[in-house]
Amino acid sequence: MTSSPALPFDETRRQGGFLSAVLSSDLPRSRVLSVVLLAILLVLATTPFVFSGSQPIGTAAKICVFIVLVASYDLLLGYSGIVSFAHTMFFGIGGYGIAIALERLGPTWGSAAIGLVAALALSAVLAVAIGLLSLRVRAIFFSMITLAVASAAAVLASQLSSLTGGEDGLSFQLPQALRPAFRLLSEPLFGTAVNGRLLAYYLVFFVSLLVFLTLLRIVNSPFGRVLQAIRENEFRAEALGYRVVAYRTAASVISALAATIAGALMALWLRYNGPDTTLSFSIMVDILLMVVIGGMGTMYGAVIGAALFVLAQSYLQVLMEAGSSALAGLPLLPNLIHPDRWLLWLGALFVISVYAFPGGIVGRLRRAVP
Amino acid sequence: MSDMAAESNTPAELPRAKTDWLPLVLIPALALLALPFVGSPSTWVTLTVAGLAMGMMIFLMASGLTLVFGLMDIINFGHGVFISLGAYATLLVLGPLAGWAQADSLGLNLALLLLCILAAMLVTGLVGAVFERVIVRPVYGSHLKQILVTMGGLIVTEQLIHAIWGASPIPIPLPQSLRGAFVFGDIVMERYRVVAVVIGIAVFLGMELLLNRTRIGLLIRAGVENPEMVEALGYRIRRLFVSVFIAGSALAGLGGVMWAFYRQTLTAGMGMEVMVLVFIVIIIGGLGSITGCFVGSLLVALVANYVGFIEPKLALISNILVMALVLIWRPQGLFPVARR
Repeated sequence: MTSSPALPFDETRRQGGFLSAVLSSDLPRSRVLSVVLLAILLVLATTPFVFSGSQPIGTAAKICVFIVLVASYDLLLGYSGIVSFAHTMFFGIGGYGIAIALERLGPTWGSAAIGLVAALALSAVLAVAIGLLSLRVRAIFFSMITLAVASAAAVLASQLSSLTGGEDGLSFQLPQALRPAFRLLSEPLFGTAVNGRLLAYYLVFFVSLLVFLTLLRIVNSPFGRVLQAIRENEFRAEALGYRVVAYRTAASVISALAATIAGALMALWLRYNGPDTTLSFSIMVDILLMVVIGGMGTMYGAVIGAALFVLAQSYLQVLMEAGSSALAGLPLLPNLIHPDRWLLWLGALFVISVYAFPGGIVGRLRRAVP
Repeated sequence: MSDMAAESNTPAELPRAKTDWLPLVLIPALALLALPFVGSPSTWVTLTVAGLAMGMMIFLMASGLTLVFGLMDIINFGHGVFISLGAYATLLVLGPLAGWAQADSLGLNLALLLLCILAAMLVTGLVGAVFERVIVRPVYGSHLKQILVTMGGLIVTEQLIHAIWGASPIPIPLPQSLRGAFVFGDIVMERYRVVAVVIGIAVFLGMELLLNRTRIGLLIRAGVENPEMVEALGYRIRRLFVSVFIAGSALAGLGGVMWAFYRQTLTAGMGMEVMVLVFIVIIIGGLGSITGCFVGSLLVALVANYVGFIEPKLALISNILVMALVLIWRPQGLFPVARR
């Protein structure tokens, strides 16, 4: 698998500066990309104040969570060259960790912390187990085995209904400070009430940002370079003395932990967790689409991919609705652009991405004028 | 050359001409082992026959995938959509010939089933040819891209099924005389399962014969072993690849028909749902081995049935447990294919 290799370490390191430090010397390296990223960051940071109503802020929170989820998946797929289908399992573990803890132990910060720590521990153990069992054989074994494990996890979650709420999932109360009724300031700020919902959004936003920057730091560390070396030529990396299985397992553990955090954020935001919101196979497909369309092996691809995909999910259907009704008389065509068929077009885009621009949107932008 | 081939039964291991009996003994041993736990012999027979039938259906769906992998080193994550496609293709036959399904004649009903299978294999074979050309051919040699791109193909084809046949589940009734069960004393055998066992064994024997006793089979096995050499000897390996891919897709279609009549409902996602089992089976069997796939299917289905009866809670993860145990015993699967 080839993707645009990052600049050598020292070359960018010397440029220094605050931005470079925050972004771990891995700058967007494309003017258009920088502008788009900045725009996404600004919009996400100001959504509660700029847009009114619950749909935009819900969409923005979803984008934040998916950026973390997709970035953590990119660490596996793009940087390590491993295809895992169990990523939603870790996402689900995070969600259920928060949901079960808050429901059982009461809506306090303490129980949220217990839930998160327990979920992280479980994810780490599972990731190590899967990695050690299957990564030492062949990479495609890993894909198939993770698929099997993920489906077993989904079945388990829906069957252990006394613990997980089964198919219905779990609804729970948030800690006091995150509830809509809570007021931090008595007066509205810029015309928006500063309530628990707003705090919850900014909790999601800042944790997402932090985890994303951490992941960016990890892939640009020497550890990240070794992962890329293994991706490019496993045999050679092994010959150079790197223990491939250990590195791959470590990558899958880190990725699993980040996905767990994303799941916890998702559950905190929705005040609910169920099989459909975090565990279903269709979410796994969504993540794959986001990573590949955004750009594998570039953390920024996760941002672009997640933003584009979630927006398409929410708003593309409106567009297709219009197109479909315009073509109402023709055979089959209206069916093809029926609003429910939006995945058809993203799927086609996905296939084209893999062939025509393996670096996804980010790779494309970087290859154009810098 | 043909003499050598006739002596060896496992495709990939020419030097070792002896058949590896150990995994083959596993199935009867497992069945016997389960007997005391199940208790009553009649229940045991019922469970065993039901499990065998289930295993045959899984084998039908999985055989194409393992065949394609064995020869072409292509891992097709979109295989599941061919199962769905085969299932939906039955509608092409069931629509015009609805009367045959109602008729209370075994001959007519079996003919209908056969027509369904033919239609499904034709459709999936054709789509398989297109799929190979458009989706798979550009990514020979890179597993990572194969997984990604065939997933993409899966998404697109699944959505196309929705666009053509609608998104809601479609009920399909079993032909009249295949419903119900044979009852011998306490032993109950569903008729349709018996049909599935017969078809499954027929396909398995057919494939084994084709692979081990014909010239085409010889070429395929040679291709598994060393494609460059086959090409150097003047055979068009590409044509062989394409025909094997088409055959693999058609087999998925065949499995899809059997699976559809078993479930009696059609959904576009039905193939993907069963893919998990299919992957477990081909991992257990050893990627690329038809015999392994057959043994693996029976193993998984029988274990699921016995465990489901003895300890229902454990049945959910019995597949994974079987896979883990087999991989600990033989990390490359029951019948490891030598190359790669």
